[in-house]
Amino acid sequence: MNRNKKSESPSQESVLKMSLRGPVWGRSNPGKSKSDLDFDIAVLGGRVIDPETKMDRIVDIFIHNGVIKRIEKPKSKLRAEEVIDAKGMIVVPGLIDMHTHLREPGREDEETIYTGSCAAVAGGFTSICCMPNTHPPIDNQETVKFIYEKAKSAKCKIYPIGCVTKGQMGEELTEIYDLVQADVVAISDDGKPVSNPQVMRNALEYSRMFNLLVISHCEDLSLSAGGVMHEGFISTSLGMCGIPSVAEEIMIARDIKLAEFTKARIHIAHVSTEGSVELIRQAKKRGVKVTCEATPHHFTLSHEIIKTFDTNAKVNPPLRTKRDVETIKKGLKDGTIDCIATDHAPHSIEEKEVEFDFAPCGMVGLETALSLVITELIDKKVLSWSQAIAKLTINPARILNLNAGRIKKDSPADVTIIDPKASWVVDPSLFQSKSKNSPFGGRRLKGKVFCTIVDGKVESREFRV
Amino acid sequence: MKLRSKHLLGLEGMSEEEIAFILDTAETFKEILSRPIRIVPTLRGVGIVNLFYEPSTRTRISFELAEKRLSAEVVNFSTSVSSVKKGETLKDTVRNIEAMKIDMVVVRHQSSGVPYFLTQCLNASIINAGDGAHEHPTQGLLDLFTIREKYKRIKGLKVVIVGDIKYSRVARSNIWGLKAMGADVSVCGPTTLLPIEIEKMGIKAYSDLDQALEGADVVNVLRIQLERQKGGLLPSLREYTNKFGITKERLNRLNENFTIMHPGPINRGVEITPEVADGPHSVILDQVTNGVAIRMAVLYLLSGGEGKVE
Repeated sequence: MNRNKKSESPSQESVLKMSLRGPVWGRSNPGKSKSDLDFDIAVLGGRVIDPETKMDRIVDIFIHNGVIKRIEKPKSKLRAEEVIDAKGMIVVPGLIDMHTHLREPGREDEETIYTGSCAAVAGGFTSICCMPNTHPPIDNQETVKFIYEKAKSAKCKIYPIGCVTKGQMGEELTEIYDLVQADVVAISDDGKPVSNPQVMRNALEYSRMFNLLVISHCEDLSLSAGGVMHEGFISTSLGMCGIPSVAEEIMIARDIKLAEFTKARIHIAHVSTEGSVELIRQAKKRGVKVTCEATPHHFTLSHEIIKTFDTNAKVNPPLRTKRDVETIKKGLKDGTIDCIATDHAPHSIEEKEVEFDFAPCGMVGLETALSLVITELIDKKVLSWSQAIAKLTINPARILNLNAGRIKKDSPADVTIIDPKASWVVDPSLFQSKSKNSPFGGRRLKGKVFCTIVDGKVESREFRV
Repeated sequence: MKLRSKHLLGLEGMSEEEIAFILDTAETFKEILSRPIRIVPTLRGVGIVNLFYEPSTRTRISFELAEKRLSAEVVNFSTSVSSVKKGETLKDTVRNIEAMKIDMVVVRHQSSGVPYFLTQCLNASIINAGDGAHEHPTQGLLDLFTIREKYKRIKGLKVVIVGDIKYSRVARSNIWGLKAMGADVSVCGPTTLLPIEIEKMGIKAYSDLDQALEGADVVNVLRIQLERQKGGLLPSLREYTNKFGITKERLNRLNENFTIMHPGPINRGVEITPEVADGPHSVILDQVTNGVAIRMAVLYLLSGGEGKVE
């Protein structure tokens, strides 16, 4: 069998990927035809963690017609066409990324909906929410329909997020009801803030009638103007124009106040500073309907990395201080930060291989996110497995009202199987994503996606070495 | 002795020994510059391109003279005649130039980190002639040379850098260089032009000029640019002059044998009065003279020279 194939050299270990729709790993009943078997797929002997039901034990999962049909104690007599041996593996609900940039329509040279979905399943994500800052932006029904049309051939589920304002110009609201009718899961002008507080107030108030989530990219553009990295000692010594923490915090404070006043829900994207975490913590205590997310790069990297002028580490919000990194971890631990989202932002090599000042912001993240969570949060005892997985599954599912993020009977068979002991070195050239702009190249990470199942279909698989 | 790197990107991280070695070598070149025939064949056949993405008079002329006096092959390149305006990337531009067999690149750019970026795309030696507000190492070295020439030492001297610290690469290179050589360094300027956490560079920061000047040996006055007023960092240049202008009256707080420096170009009457700029304690023109010697030393050492020049 292919799964026993050894890699030629150690450097290639664990990067051996195969096309996934083909041969199965094992047939429990080789002589029988499919119709004689009870289930399509059996995932056997894995440690199944479902944060919603607090399940954490070794069980077998049986999938049929895209749905989780049975969860059984090991050694049941049930039979399936395809059997996945998950011994030593951790089996979790398919991961959800509520903050992804796919570049289609507009910059298909950087990422398409299809290539983005390949990156997603390679990284264990079965659902991704794509931000609307495409060209043209997702600010009308037609573009939403276009995304859903393209999503039909994607390897994972794609949920579009619509714009708050027309053309993301921050002036006129989009036809939000129309967008809701077309099934957007949230609205956001991500990449750009909604600078005018009256526009934001209207967006929050208007969306409330659809119980539609507004996701806010918090940045005061006058305070961040010209900035290319965090304003701190490193920007001072490098002579770079800094983006102060307060540029983010002041907008979070505003948005919290507006959400409190309008009684609407708001979700703060990519929280990066100590002050931001504290503002959200206090707001939650007061009962404001605010949720938030942090990215793997903001809990892993600090602004020190900019000393090498690596444009792949240029992101917005910028990488902050070590102290901020620690505070993000604390916020994840105490529950202030609800979700982990990638802010996967593909950029071409030509765009990134330029002067630091001129490079666009953003890094890809779908294929490193889970391993960074394992390496930086679980291994370092910041979060338990269940806590970490909740922030990648059930929490975003609840915030976005998605029927996903659960392993239970009759729920969609979106399942991610993780090899928690795998150790691998990031090589961006091997990414499924069309873009390779990751600052994590060469970094050794622990834990890797072993298999990703979307709607009962194996969409990504790796072989044990 | 040889320099550790084949590039000169900045003075941050340079050792006292290495800096002293460059200054010593520059002394030899300064002597050569005083001879009737000022040209030596040291860099014959070495191709150097001066890549200036930002206007510069002094630094460019100084590098060009240094290169020509070392008999190098010199090519000048500036944005107005380059393909940059046609939309070519920096990387493509420099790789094309290198394809024409260039050994050293002297680069000036408005963006911090460009010299480092060039080391990643080229095999040539890269010399930073000023990148954004990051570093201007040859300016830092010529300032150190000028100070050492006058006092015969740098260690223990009190040096104050006055002006727009936030946007000054000269300030940063001076701070790193002076710290490495054991000077006591402070900076002084309006709070809006002192970058965040500047004290972490191991220096003191003041916004009271008289306090900063107390007992200082050297005052390095930086150019203040009109753009700062437009950017809202200064209400007016007039107000700047009143609070931070170096005038004769303020000099009595300094040590007796004090020195006034300025990297140029000077805004006479703004950051410094003509009286002080042209006064007996000013070494502003010595700095310019020494600049050529320093650049000859740097070019020579980075091309593999080991310190002995005939």
